[in-house]
Amino acid sequence: MNASVPVFDDVTVAFQRVSKRFAASGESGAFTALNNVDLNVGRGSITGIIGRSGAGKSTLIRLVNGLEKPSSGKVLVDGVDVGALDEAGLRNLRRSVGMIFQHFNLLSSHTVFGNVALPLEIAGMDRRAIEARVRPLLDLVGLADKHARYPAELSGGQKQRIGIARALATEPKLLLSDEATSALDPETTQSILELLKRINAELGLTVLLITHEMEVVKAVTSDVAVIDKGEIVERGHTFDVFTHPKHETTRALLSGLPGSKLPDAVARGLKPAPSAGDRAVVRLTFFGATAERPLVSQLIKSVGAEVNIIAGTIDEIGGKPYGSLVVAYAADAETSGRAERFFTENGLVTEVLGYVA
Amino acid sequence: MSPDLLLLIAKATFDTLRMVAIAGLIGSLIGLPIGIFLATSGKGELFPAPNINRIVGLIVNATRSTPFIILVVAIIPFTRLVTGTSIGTKAAIVPLTIATIPFFARLVEAAIRDIDKGLIEAARAMGATPTQIVFKVLLAEARPALTLALTMTIVSLIGYSAMVGAVGGGGLGDLGIRYGYQRFRPDVMLIVVVVLIVLVQLVQSAGDRLARRFDKRSRKN
Ligand SMILES: Nc1ncnc2c1ncn2[C@@H]1O[C@H](COP(=O)(O)OP(=O)(O)OP(=O)(O)O)[C@@H](O)[C@H]1O
Ligand SMILES: [Mg+2]
Repeated sequence: MNASVPVFDDVTVAFQRVSKRFAASGESGAFTALNNVDLNVGRGSITGIIGRSGAGKSTLIRLVNGLEKPSSGKVLVDGVDVGALDEAGLRNLRRSVGMIFQHFNLLSSHTVFGNVALPLEIAGMDRRAIEARVRPLLDLVGLADKHARYPAELSGGQKQRIGIARALATEPKLLLSDEATSALDPETTQSILELLKRINAELGLTVLLITHEMEVVKAVTSDVAVIDKGEIVERGHTFDVFTHPKHETTRALLSGLPGSKLPDAVARGLKPAPSAGDRAVVRLTFFGATAERPLVSQLIKSVGAEVNIIAGTIDEIGGKPYGSLVVAYAADAETSGRAERFFTENGLVTEVLGYVA
Repeated sequence: MSPDLLLLIAKATFDTLRMVAIAGLIGSLIGLPIGIFLATSGKGELFPAPNINRIVGLIVNATRSTPFIILVVAIIPFTRLVTGTSIGTKAAIVPLTIATIPFFARLVEAAIRDIDKGLIEAARAMGATPTQIVFKVLLAEARPALTLALTMTIVSLIGYSAMVGAVGGGGLGDLGIRYGYQRFRPDVMLIVVVVLIVLVQLVQSAGDRLARRFDKRSRKN
């Protein structure tokens, strides 16, 4: 088998009926942060876990390298039960699992070089070998010229690149990312995500990333799990979850994406049933090959000129083209009939959102 | 000013510096690990030992809240045991050291507690042992704060060392009391005060400069 082809049915991390309860302390009572979580992270995948603040994302990811212990259930990393490891075993595991953080967590007292070298010093590597390991990593993240700088002299995006280089220093097979782009602007976020994608492809590294931003999930992940109040409410290939969201939490998170929201003026006037002279508002979703055909002009041709476009987006999810188009046309039987025939013929997924005057 | 008086002042300054240097060195060498312990041995911390932490904290507080003059007198038997005498510069070093330990320890504790918990988390995630975290992360990151803590300790020590003069400790305080106060020589008193001020200024500005050199947290250049 070709090693560079990701093998998704092979599992790096497995959560098996994992629960995490935090004991009561002071005034706050006991709290169940995770409830019966079952989840597999495929080897070589970029798996995203998305959820609102407080959903339990950080708790979940911290279980993977033993920063937190499960109250019940098992977390397996490459078949090893993390909860059963002693301190020395945990330290060994952690050297094979890299982690990056929202606030970078770089040592202000160390240079860029010193920061990337730290995990190697901790592992007891000698100076020469460290030198040989760190240089190419700085090249990989594009910061070789900044090796003697201190973190305070770098931008947020550069700091996160250092965080990534540091996480890769011990040549881990798994990279954990806890909101690694949440402190960055959209453009910098994209460049960091590109870097993660490249690392995933070039080094065959499995990436488990948590985020509250759908944009991030959309841009890099192959698989996604949606977590809500400590439970996994939906999971699957990113493309499927995005195009056919089932759980309301998923829908709510998706509604934040540009192009997926109706303009306010239309949304306000939306009625559940048509009266004479109304227009139907319909969302069309198209994937794969359909996304690349000149559908709009064909639609107008077969339904009639009375079609207008209200909202729309063409995008890529998990590397597959995807489009969503909201159109309105006369709700009379004849026009609707023509439209529906066109949709079926072209294999379009449709959803009637309502009617407007 | 007579050459005799100059000699006296030089000798007293030297005595003060000697007391401060020795007490500062020994006191901070002992205070440092105690401070590290206080900062890392709470519940759920690197070396969890909450009970011992509480006891050490209590002893530190007790020592710190004892007025220095009372401390000097209270530990005279111990001072005699260590130095064979209870008066003079050598004897004064003992209470000065004892007073330095808890003072510096609390400053060290504060400096270490001030470090972003995220750094400890990151080091743990790298597979660092608690000891490695102390030496490679906490002490490295706290270096500017520790430098300032040491500076503050030495400045306080200079003040305390003048106080031990009142109980026969030698040094500038002793000179000020004996000449300035008991022999009505306000000029000597003034010189003593000026020398003390200059010493404090020198120590403070050297400490500040060193701390700034160590501090890489803000952009400069
Ligand atoms: N050590 C702890 N003790 C008690 N409760 C905790 C602890 N850590 C987390 N929690 C609680 O568990 C819940 C989940 O926390 P977690 O940090 O995993 O959320 P999150 O999904 O990462 O949120 P965010 O997006 O804000 O980072 C929260 O309600 C939090 O208050
Ligand atoms: Mg979190």
